[in-house]
Amino acid sequence: MPQQSPAHSPRLSPASLLVWITISVLGAAAFGGIALHRGETINSLWFIVAASCVYAIGYRFYSLFIATRILHLDGTRATPAERLADGRDFVPTHRWVVFGHHFAAIAGPGPLIGPTLAAQFGYLPGTLWILLGGVLGGCVQDFIVLFCSLRRNGRSLGQMARDELGPVGGLAAMLGVVMISLILIAVLGLVVVNAMKHSPWATFTVAATIPIAFFMGFWMRVLRPGQVLEATAIGIALLLLSVAGGGWIDGMPALRVWFDYDAPTLALMIIAYGFMAAVLPVWMLLAPRDYLSTFMKVGTIAALAVAILLLRPEIHMPAVTQFIDGTGPIFSGKLFPFVFITIACGAISGFHALISSGTTPKLLMNEADARMIGYGAMMMESFVAVMAMIAATVLEPGVYFAINSPAGVVGAEAAQAVATISSWGFPVTVEQMESLAREMGEVTLFARTGGAPSLAVGMAHIFSMVSSRELLSLWYHFAIMFEALFILTTLDAGTRVSRFVLQDFLGNAVPALGRTSWYPSVLFTSALVVAAWGYLLYMGTIDPLGGINSMWPLFGIANQMLAAIALCVVTTILVKSGKTRYLWVTALPLCWLLIVTTTAAFQKLFNPAPRVGFLAHARDLADKLAAGTLPPELAAQAPRLVFNDRLNAGLTLLLMCLAWILVFDMVRVCRRHWRGQVVAPSSEAPYVRSAHAAV
Amino acid sequence: MYAAPMQPSEHTHLPTGFARLLLTLRKILRLLNGDTAYARYLEHWRMTHAGEGEPMSRAEFFTTETARRWNGVRRCC
Repeated sequence: MPQQSPAHSPRLSPASLLVWITISVLGAAAFGGIALHRGETINSLWFIVAASCVYAIGYRFYSLFIATRILHLDGTRATPAERLADGRDFVPTHRWVVFGHHFAAIAGPGPLIGPTLAAQFGYLPGTLWILLGGVLGGCVQDFIVLFCSLRRNGRSLGQMARDELGPVGGLAAMLGVVMISLILIAVLGLVVVNAMKHSPWATFTVAATIPIAFFMGFWMRVLRPGQVLEATAIGIALLLLSVAGGGWIDGMPALRVWFDYDAPTLALMIIAYGFMAAVLPVWMLLAPRDYLSTFMKVGTIAALAVAILLLRPEIHMPAVTQFIDGTGPIFSGKLFPFVFITIACGAISGFHALISSGTTPKLLMNEADARMIGYGAMMMESFVAVMAMIAATVLEPGVYFAINSPAGVVGAEAAQAVATISSWGFPVTVEQMESLAREMGEVTLFARTGGAPSLAVGMAHIFSMVSSRELLSLWYHFAIMFEALFILTTLDAGTRVSRFVLQDFLGNAVPALGRTSWYPSVLFTSALVVAAWGYLLYMGTIDPLGGINSMWPLFGIANQMLAAIALCVVTTILVKSGKTRYLWVTALPLCWLLIVTTTAAFQKLFNPAPRVGFLAHARDLADKLAAGTLPPELAAQAPRLVFNDRLNAGLTLLLMCLAWILVFDMVRVCRRHWRGQVVAPSSEAPYVRSAHAAV
Repeated sequence: MYAAPMQPSEHTHLPTGFARLLLTLRKILRLLNGDTAYARYLEHWRMTHAGEGEPMSRAEFFTTETARRWNGVRRCC
């Protein structure tokens, strides 16, 4: 675990020099082992060793360099929490508690799903990007954004963009937040739907989380006000009971039909639920479920880490698959740029900039803690992504592809699907898939695209190595429930955030709509937000290619564009505070992100292959519809699918424009600064000595 | 791994070994999930707002606090 940094980097003693040389050699050996290994299987211990060494070196040297040379973290400077202490928002808090809050806030379903999908390229490309992108990109972004906000009284990213760049930058940042939220909610909803479709067990368990949360909310508000710990303990017990109860329901033919739905129906239910959750008071549903999901998330991630360390499962996926050429079944597009777009959150996530500014900086007791919290928490998140990669690749590749490939690519019939997948060189049989589905307590595992089911099978596989095989189905549904729980929390929280921004925006035109407590406005704006993501979600469920195929890259592009926006803001701040010689620390990750996302956006827009390009797909479908060569059920949906493709293309274009507006604004402000012209003054709060500082 | 808890123990006797570990764990959990937030609020209120009427009750504090804490970006992808 990371330690608090000394204020200045001392010269290494011979003993610690020896230790760090050993760590470097070990890390290089593990890295080489992963990269060059060409056997049947490789042990997951190599991944853990390589990751630990990369993180240790990144934290000890790179983050210290940033902390001491560039940011000059100053433990004697009073933090906003100390200067503005109000007992509520600004509260000086112990660094491990802040670390816990910050990690719980930034770790969502993204780093679990992204690596699972990216495993279609093999284990190597994704793992390399998670590690390098993490220590050189994501951790740096989180750390510097946290620092900048810390020096600006905990201002949010949007406010900093407005202060340091101007109104255009501020507006672009705000729009970026809403767009990414909507796309994120739609794609996460799709992941849950794909896990629940025709699975009464999973549907019952996920549905049970709603009354459990209501009960907890009632407990904490009415029965025992503010007793979070005991309410959470009761909630977790009920949750585990509901996982077992789902199995019981699944075995009762009369009951299971009540929880057996197809994907579009489930999508409509999630839309109805999303609207209800968004307009109910937070204490009823959102807050209690968030307590539950945070505990489950941290607990399960810790259990997975212990299980992987103790059991060291073998990885069966090859280092690199033939799908780097862009013909992958789960999502289309070549290794470059799509592995970077797909991994997204596990390596660098723009969404984190919203937590690192605004929420976390108001809690820090000591400015020097920013390194451990900003850089350290993202390192943990990156490690979660490595574990997700391990859990996905311990599966036989044939099984992995059978679970994740949409029916539109490999065929709807089991025999057809296994034949297609086996022909790629990943042998799998119908019997194998049937017996696996039986073990997991499911009717079928085919075409459950989205990452959650294959991750759940992988996790069940790892956990069952220490328990009996009879428990496999319980582990599987536990894992599904655990992912669904925090996906639903993200869905609810994202809807609210978008609603607030929308109300703020509409309030300029109609002041009544801007009042966040006026119920008609709450209903109206919530309906607008839910309709926006609900439309994308519903279209995803009727898309023959499974929806994830087009939605996840769109989400990845949105998230990486938001990261680019955050890096533009902090780069401007570095330049304006006279740190031009260290510009590369944020400018290099920024350039890389711009190259990757712009390439990906161009390919999604203009690639002539219908599998990759939105517009090419629309054209292809429209041509086939006109020629009458489409099967009747597809022909009925084709006009909507064509419209959806064009909508996706429009969203991609809009995202790209937003990011480039910020880039040009950044270049404009930096050039004015270098030429000695007037720029908006730095909004950094003046130095106040901390009362805790040693004399 | 964890530094000493911030608040003085509510227990006067000093338990040892496993019991102590459990108590520390409980304290950290309470600190993390906000069970101690009301005590912290009261302390702050007494220090800076004493003499301005009455502080909020536990139930009132929890209600407003829950609503306020969810008014913004709290969770990521």
